[in-house]
Amino acid sequence: MSDYREMWAGLGLDVKMHEALLAGLGAGYQQIFLSQKNRPEAMQYFDFVMSEVHGLRIQELLDAKAEGRIVVGSFCVFVPEELILAVDGISVGLCTGADFGVDLAEKILPRNTCALIKSAFGFNLSKVCPYMASSDIIVGENTCDGKKKSYEEFGKLVDNLYVMDLPQTKSMEGKALLRAEYKRLMKALEEKSGKKITMESLKKAIEIVNNKRKAVHRLALLRAADPSPLSGLDGLLINQIFFYDNPLRFTDSVNKLCDELEERIAKKAGVFPQGTPRLLVSGCPMAVPNWKLPSIIETSGAVIVGEESCVGERGTRNETCTCGESIEDLLENIVERYFNIDCAIFTPNPDRKNHIVEMAKKYKADGVVHYALQFCQPYDIESHNVEKELESEGIPVLNLVTDYSGEDVGQLSTRIEAFIERIKE
Amino acid sequence: MINVGLDIGSRTIKLVVVKDHEMIHQEVVKNSFDNEQITANLLSGIPFDHLTATGYGRHLFDDMPNCSIISEIKAFALGVHNIFPHCHTILDIGGQDTKAISLDDQGRMNKFVMNDKCAAGTGRFLEIMANALNYSLSDFGKAAFLAEKAEKINNMCTVFAESEVISLLSKGADRDRVAKGIHESIVLRAVSQLQKVGLNDDIVFVGGVAYNPAVKKILAEQCGRPIFSPANPQIVGALGCVKYAEKQMRN
Repeated sequence: MSDYREMWAGLGLDVKMHEALLAGLGAGYQQIFLSQKNRPEAMQYFDFVMSEVHGLRIQELLDAKAEGRIVVGSFCVFVPEELILAVDGISVGLCTGADFGVDLAEKILPRNTCALIKSAFGFNLSKVCPYMASSDIIVGENTCDGKKKSYEEFGKLVDNLYVMDLPQTKSMEGKALLRAEYKRLMKALEEKSGKKITMESLKKAIEIVNNKRKAVHRLALLRAADPSPLSGLDGLLINQIFFYDNPLRFTDSVNKLCDELEERIAKKAGVFPQGTPRLLVSGCPMAVPNWKLPSIIETSGAVIVGEESCVGERGTRNETCTCGESIEDLLENIVERYFNIDCAIFTPNPDRKNHIVEMAKKYKADGVVHYALQFCQPYDIESHNVEKELESEGIPVLNLVTDYSGEDVGQLSTRIEAFIERIKE
Repeated sequence: MINVGLDIGSRTIKLVVVKDHEMIHQEVVKNSFDNEQITANLLSGIPFDHLTATGYGRHLFDDMPNCSIISEIKAFALGVHNIFPHCHTILDIGGQDTKAISLDDQGRMNKFVMNDKCAAGTGRFLEIMANALNYSLSDFGKAAFLAEKAEKINNMCTVFAESEVISLLSKGADRDRVAKGIHESIVLRAVSQLQKVGLNDDIVFVGGVAYNPAVKKILAEQCGRPIFSPANPQIVGALGCVKYAEKQMRN
């Protein structure tokens, strides 16, 4: 690894604090990912990306900025990467997955705010997120109450927050709001980048993102094999890297991994033995480095075969149509694609339950672990109905509420082990 | 064939030894900082063929020869079903866990809930409250059992509840009524967990706290139906371990 200290200092990061974060991240990665057995060789690329996630990738962002391109940071899958690529910008997900700087975040936010929101504040206040520091625009989106109210405070910490409104119902009015907001975002991106979105640039952007999604769909389907050719941890990792990496390189690397997995499947080679209990994880997003729950599950004797999550299939489901004669048409296709996302901020949200059942069947899951972050009302409240309906269809559900801290690891292990025992009976 | 079940809990370690389907030995000892030594002492001189461990310390036996590991939830489901074949709902209150488990007609676990972030309303809570009222643990349960009325305890946090108790006493509240109030508060918490898994007969109450007559009586009142407990409610998890091993050997 090269010495990036100068680069970090130049971004205004607290270099000492940042090194402490990286040391923790590195040790966690070593223990959780590199200790896994039977990993595909093509995972080496993703290991490399993770090892350089605050290094080489940031250098790439800064080089792009020097060439006059913009970096757009966001927290949510409702921010269309297509629009960012159409102004030759770079889309990055912002750091929200670690228990870092919580003490600083709690100076501003109530203690009973979800871990993801606290983490965004913690990273900013402790000056350890090079993605935030490199962003020309940070797009905040009005999803849950926690996020929309906290952006009022976040806007005081950064000078480049752009808040996007989002609908709460799948109605005509809701769709009109999303369309209006995407038009407004388009304009803001054009202004910031000084580049006009053209029919060609938007069409090309849609194709790039479609290809990226196609690659992860291909990967998801390969995980339906028994024995599973890929661990759930590695599957999640790829869904996490989806938000950070160069899209073309990422697509290529996922497809290479898929080629290798196809060979593995033909040889019946897996990461765990055939017949290992298979679980689908459904619920709140798991941002880097939130690997707590999947790590407990996969060291307790089960394999995760899919993620019904924004960092997973909820975020990547459906492609955008490239048909149409005008920018307006293409934008409408984007609205159409994103309006289908079944996030729990929508009310009612029946599609999500149907998607969970569909995924459980498609990936041959024996059960579903519903994961809600503590204080995340939309997913936590929805979990009640999801559990009831899935159980009535004969799909066992384990309902967990947790956060980024390590205090409940013992209790979670007991419950996950018992759930796996229940499935085996 | 000697089968050993070991339940390494947060406050006590429970051992059951079964020889050819007959229980030949059972033992409950307090645990300490060195559970490895305690279990070694417990097991010394027992020529077991197979050992199954459960509880907080179950992973001490990971990858050991002739050993299996099961969760407490599974252990209690198997142990209770063995004693009460008609049981559909289990409440286990141990040292730092409260679990509610629902079973189907064959005794397989359906749904379960347990406390996670906090150990309020568990055995340890009762121990601390008994201490605050200057009772021995067994006198504490008896006093609450005999008290006619209860002082309401509002705090579920062990530390705050202790100061609430002291403040009630300093205001002249009756010690036995305070004792009853404490027992009521932990039962209400347990009932809300039971309701999450569904209250279906028979309801069986196990774990060390099932020795407490007041908890059992208030629980029956709150649920409005009889509550069953085995003669030794503490060893049910260890017994379930043995049942697990017997089942595995049959298959």
